[in-house]
Amino acid sequence: MSDNLIEFNNISKFFGSVIALKDVTMHIKKGQIMCLLGDNGAGKSTLIKTLSGVHKPDEGEIVVEGKKTIFDSPRDALDMGIATVYQDLALVSLMSVTRNFFMGREPTKGFGPFKTFDINKANAIASKRMGQIGIDVRDPSQAVGTMSGGERQCLAISRAIYFGAKVLILDEPTSALGVHQASVVLKYIVKAAASGLGVILITHNVHHAYPVGNSFTILNRGKSMGTFEKKNLSREKLLGMMAGGEELDKLEVELKEIDRIAKN
Amino acid sequence: MSTKSKSIQNKSNDERLRKVSKLKVLLNRPELGALGGSVLVFIFFGIIAGDTGMFSAYGTINFLEVSANLGIIAVAAALLMIGGEFDLSVGSMIGFAGICIAIPAIYWGWPLWMSILFAFSMAVLVGYANGILVVRTGLPSFIVTLAMLFILRGATLAITRLITGRTQVPGLRVLVEDDPIAWIFSADAFQFVFTWLGSLGLIELRQDGTPLATGIPASVIWWIAMTIFATWLLMKTRYGNWIFASGGDKLGARNVGVPVGKVKISLFIGTAVAATIYACVQVLDAGSADTMRGFLKELEAIVAAVVGGCLLTGGYGSAIGAAFGALIFGTVSMGIYYTDVDTDWFKVFLGVMMLIAVIFNNYIRRRVTENK
Repeated sequence: MSDNLIEFNNISKFFGSVIALKDVTMHIKKGQIMCLLGDNGAGKSTLIKTLSGVHKPDEGEIVVEGKKTIFDSPRDALDMGIATVYQDLALVSLMSVTRNFFMGREPTKGFGPFKTFDINKANAIASKRMGQIGIDVRDPSQAVGTMSGGERQCLAISRAIYFGAKVLILDEPTSALGVHQASVVLKYIVKAAASGLGVILITHNVHHAYPVGNSFTILNRGKSMGTFEKKNLSREKLLGMMAGGEELDKLEVELKEIDRIAKN
Repeated sequence: MSTKSKSIQNKSNDERLRKVSKLKVLLNRPELGALGGSVLVFIFFGIIAGDTGMFSAYGTINFLEVSANLGIIAVAAALLMIGGEFDLSVGSMIGFAGICIAIPAIYWGWPLWMSILFAFSMAVLVGYANGILVVRTGLPSFIVTLAMLFILRGATLAITRLITGRTQVPGLRVLVEDDPIAWIFSADAFQFVFTWLGSLGLIELRQDGTPLATGIPASVIWWIAMTIFATWLLMKTRYGNWIFASGGDKLGARNVGVPVGKVKISLFIGTAVAATIYACVQVLDAGSADTMRGFLKELEAIVAAVVGGCLLTGGYGSAIGAAFGALIFGTVSMGIYYTDVDTDWFKVFLGVMMLIAVIFNNYIRRRVTENK
């Protein structure tokens, strides 16, 4: 039973009279990439915030490595190895790669009042870590603003892993990226999982989720439509299950109708 | 493993990587504008006023002292600005701190050193109040410290008039001489060097044979020391990284564990303490405190910091730049007396310089942050 890194059992969250989440259950194992899919308003954001300690669930339980847990704050979740990389990435574009990588957790040398930020060590670690994911940081003292969107995403993920994440929650990591950039990021996510991390990948892009995910949880209007293993699920079926599927069919019919009228 | 080491080897001959010259690296530093500006200003006055005595030992000490006074508060203001906030109450704090030294020393009979410590503790309190108000309420520091500007100036005037019946408190000079700590703010350093140079006839002498410029004023030492300390803080410590992070992206910094609130509060205390150092230097030098001391200094400090490369939006800048910004300010404000130019034009120059600096800084920031 307990090869699950983290379990969310029957999580519900209410905001006043609004049911934001109802009975959502997810289990994540080591090395697993769980894709959380859903349209806008399906409750993805609420779920992430509940997983990362921003919201407390109103019902249900969170079990981390076999132990039932309540997160009082995002710090709590982080201390248990659950790291969330939000869409804004928490990177400062005017600061250097190294300074961003170690922001808030700078390595120091010396002691007492003369303790200094060990910038050489930090540069070396940042360069090495970025090099491992195939991003050649030419100069770790260059500003993050000079990096591409994909590189920034990788930097944020790599930072979370370096500081001891066991479960990575990634919020729309590919949404603002081009095709090539997105594939770099997805490759990195697969590598991270292969090294033993559990990954929760939140996205509404089936084409990004399907190739990398092992299992898929689909949210619709606050409820889980179930978790599916990849082998039991085709891409088309997945597409169809998302709220978008039905909508797109309808849209296609309507477009044909417009087209027909225009031709006449 | 082998592929990894290969990629590191390849780093130096990556086909996407252009060779970046040392000059280019320098061009991206925030303090470049102020450095270049200082050089230009010196060349300008060297040509216009080179033979007027502006660059004699006495003249040099004069414009350095003016620069130093401003530099002391500009460096602290720059740190705060990098941390993403303003402090408009610096000027009023100077007047307030002066009164905090003078009234206890003259009217309550406190020893001078105790009054000085009292002024510094008041500075910590005022800085803390500014900081906690900004951090807790989330209001723009511009507004909060603008309110503090009026509160402090008003309180300074009201308290001084209430206790002394006047707006000036003279009579401190006699107390300076046998005070154990007052020399930190008033003594001239390296006097023996100046005496020696005078005896060699290299610098001007008074009638009685002592040199006209007696030494490096304490304010200049403070200015240099504070610039070095602030630069060390910014570039070499964790706290420095937190200052950049707090100013660059408050929420992001907080999300990764930077104590943004504490950083900002400590920076506000820093500007208030710097204002008090300024006040100590001035009050002990002049021998009197005046309720109007430091008037408009907060704006001059911001000009120096901005000319020195600080972005108004925070997250970028340098302490060295602010120190050079103050040097430009001091050199021009004194140098203008050595030229035929009407001194009324000084403020025009100041405004134009600030405009050029902001445009230049904007360009630098784009260079640094955009993929070029």
